[in-house]
Amino acid sequence: MDQASASPRALLYDSTLCIGCGACYDACKERNGLPETTDDFLTDHLSANTFTIVQERGDGYMRRMCMHCVTPTCVSVCPVGALEKTSMGPVVYHEDRCIGCRYCVQACPFSIPRYEWSSLTPRVRKCDMCADRLAKGMPTACAEACPAGATKFGNRDELIAEAKSRIAASPDTYVNHIYGLEEIGGTSVLVISDVSPAELGLPTGLGDDPLPSLTWDVLDKIPRFSVVVGAFLGGVWWITKRREEVRLAEGKEVSNES
Amino acid sequence: MKARLPRLTFWRVVLILILAAGLFSTVVRFALGLGASTALSDQFPWGLWIGFDVLCGVALAAGGFTISAVVYIFHIERFRPIVRPTILTAFLGYSLVIVGLIFDLGRGYKIYNPLVMWNPHSVMFEVAWCVMLYTTVLALEFSPILFETLNWRKPLSVVKSVMIPLVILGVVLSTLHQSSLGTLFLIVPGKLYPLWYSPLLPVLFFVSAVALGCAMTIFESFLSWRAFHRRLELDLLSDLGKVIVVALGVYMILRVQDLIHNGTWSLAFGSGYEARLFQAEFILGVLAPIILLLIPAVRHDDFGLFASSVMVIAGIVMNRLNVSITGLERAAGASYVPSWMEVAVTLSLTGIGFLLFSLAVRYLKIFPEEQEESAQQRLPLPAVAQLSRPAFSLALALATDGVLKRPSAERAAAETTTTMVHVSGAP
Repeated sequence: MDQASASPRALLYDSTLCIGCGACYDACKERNGLPETTDDFLTDHLSANTFTIVQERGDGYMRRMCMHCVTPTCVSVCPVGALEKTSMGPVVYHEDRCIGCRYCVQACPFSIPRYEWSSLTPRVRKCDMCADRLAKGMPTACAEACPAGATKFGNRDELIAEAKSRIAASPDTYVNHIYGLEEIGGTSVLVISDVSPAELGLPTGLGDDPLPSLTWDVLDKIPRFSVVVGAFLGGVWWITKRREEVRLAEGKEVSNES
Repeated sequence: MKARLPRLTFWRVVLILILAAGLFSTVVRFALGLGASTALSDQFPWGLWIGFDVLCGVALAAGGFTISAVVYIFHIERFRPIVRPTILTAFLGYSLVIVGLIFDLGRGYKIYNPLVMWNPHSVMFEVAWCVMLYTTVLALEFSPILFETLNWRKPLSVVKSVMIPLVILGVVLSTLHQSSLGTLFLIVPGKLYPLWYSPLLPVLFFVSAVALGCAMTIFESFLSWRAFHRRLELDLLSDLGKVIVVALGVYMILRVQDLIHNGTWSLAFGSGYEARLFQAEFILGVLAPIILLLIPAVRHDDFGLFASSVMVIAGIVMNRLNVSITGLERAAGASYVPSWMEVAVTLSLTGIGFLLFSLAVRYLKIFPEEQEESAQQRLPLPAVAQLSRPAFSLALALATDGVLKRPSAERAAAETTTTMVHVSGAP
């Protein structure tokens, strides 16, 4: 039991079960106290007032929301640590730290974070996986509201096992791929479907390595690099100065002798 | 010396108009927010203020560390007369970058947060620290000029005694900072068009900044000669031209081998939006100036040097804008055209930069005491120097063609999953 509560939480979205009712959309709006943005939720888009959407995709549906990456790009790029990956799984935002550089908006491979452009004290807005509810041992509002079991809340490893068994039970229905199991180091929102990730509008081709390693590989070298360059410049300065002194001294000797 | 060219009056009128528009935009920006003043969106979170004011502002200041390293560290005394104008440029450039950042940051009043809230994994954290530290170093490197004019001996000797460590610190910080602006974009492999995305971005940004810094020095020397008849010797500027050739040569080799290595070389010969902008950038900023400056007759000619350095400046500014704006449009599924208020603020900051530079030249000892140049015998330029004009025209034509081919916002949006965000006035 202790071990179970220590393992990170996740969501499993099964597009084959989704009936496009919008219960998750409404529950998310209510839980986050977000104003209504449209008459028809199926046409809505992610915004500072909408953290999850349901899109029509061919014959089926697809939910979009923050993927809560295992190694989140947004957390790595934030200069002030305003975004944080909690041990429970959610990626949460600390408004008081944010300086508003919007690097998270630029860098997110899923293009999720939204910004309050019309505010004078703007915030970055996105799904926080109901972090406060999770802390109380409750599921996310969207998973609780889902009448079809399309969005399921649980421990990540248990949900992975469940996704595998669902695919194994109906190999003709599902595409044999759990999106988010390995993509860019894994996400805490897992997606299984009867169509390919590309058809669902999920980015493909980003590889399985977390993106933050792209910049960390460079940043990691800075301390050593600075010391080496600094020492090199110091050395050059000393040598060229010494050369100058020698040249002057020799010049003097020559003039003394003459 | 006091007699001013009538041209200046015209430019003053232009400057006043720009500053008035900039002031209005400033009020809108800080009273109504980014949404009311800019064309930024969730699809396009960074625009002109980051692309030009910050990325180009920093790159244009690169002469500061290049020349101070050459003179103070390598003891190449010949270049000493260039130190002051480049330090001045760098100091003004960095100060304006900070002003630009306060405009752009959503919460500019928290600009100091990176001092106390650390995330060493963030490139932006490195950028923030480099900006703060290097601006301080530049202020100190610049201070002797001020102290001299005010005749403050004590602080002057204090600063001079720590000049060498200061210069070394400045070079290290600049190297880190110039390259870190390229590193910023390493995190968007899926978004930045392959002609610009490269693991070498940090190195490319650094090397091109060195060339740009030297080009800026030539450019400014020429302008201050027109305005005040104060300038640097032509021989020195010609040598700077040689430095540009070396830096651009290294840049070209790196860029080309990188495109071949990444297998994106064939994209460079396309005729689409991105390919055309790449071609314009490469011809204007790299190929044409290298060819021109390799010709001694061009290098030793006022106009030849000036035209070449303008090319370098325009080409590398284009590169920064392509990396930070146009190269991201396709993946964003949205096009970005800066609002007139964004443009007004950018022009105002540039105008203030010119204004402060000219004030400094007039009241401080920036350029060495003028030697009234006897009207130089201008040798006729070799025919090949006329290359500058077709190069400009070609680059302009390519860029125009590219912009005309730009995917329209609706078409791009239809191709991607994300729908455009409509900022409406709805409550």
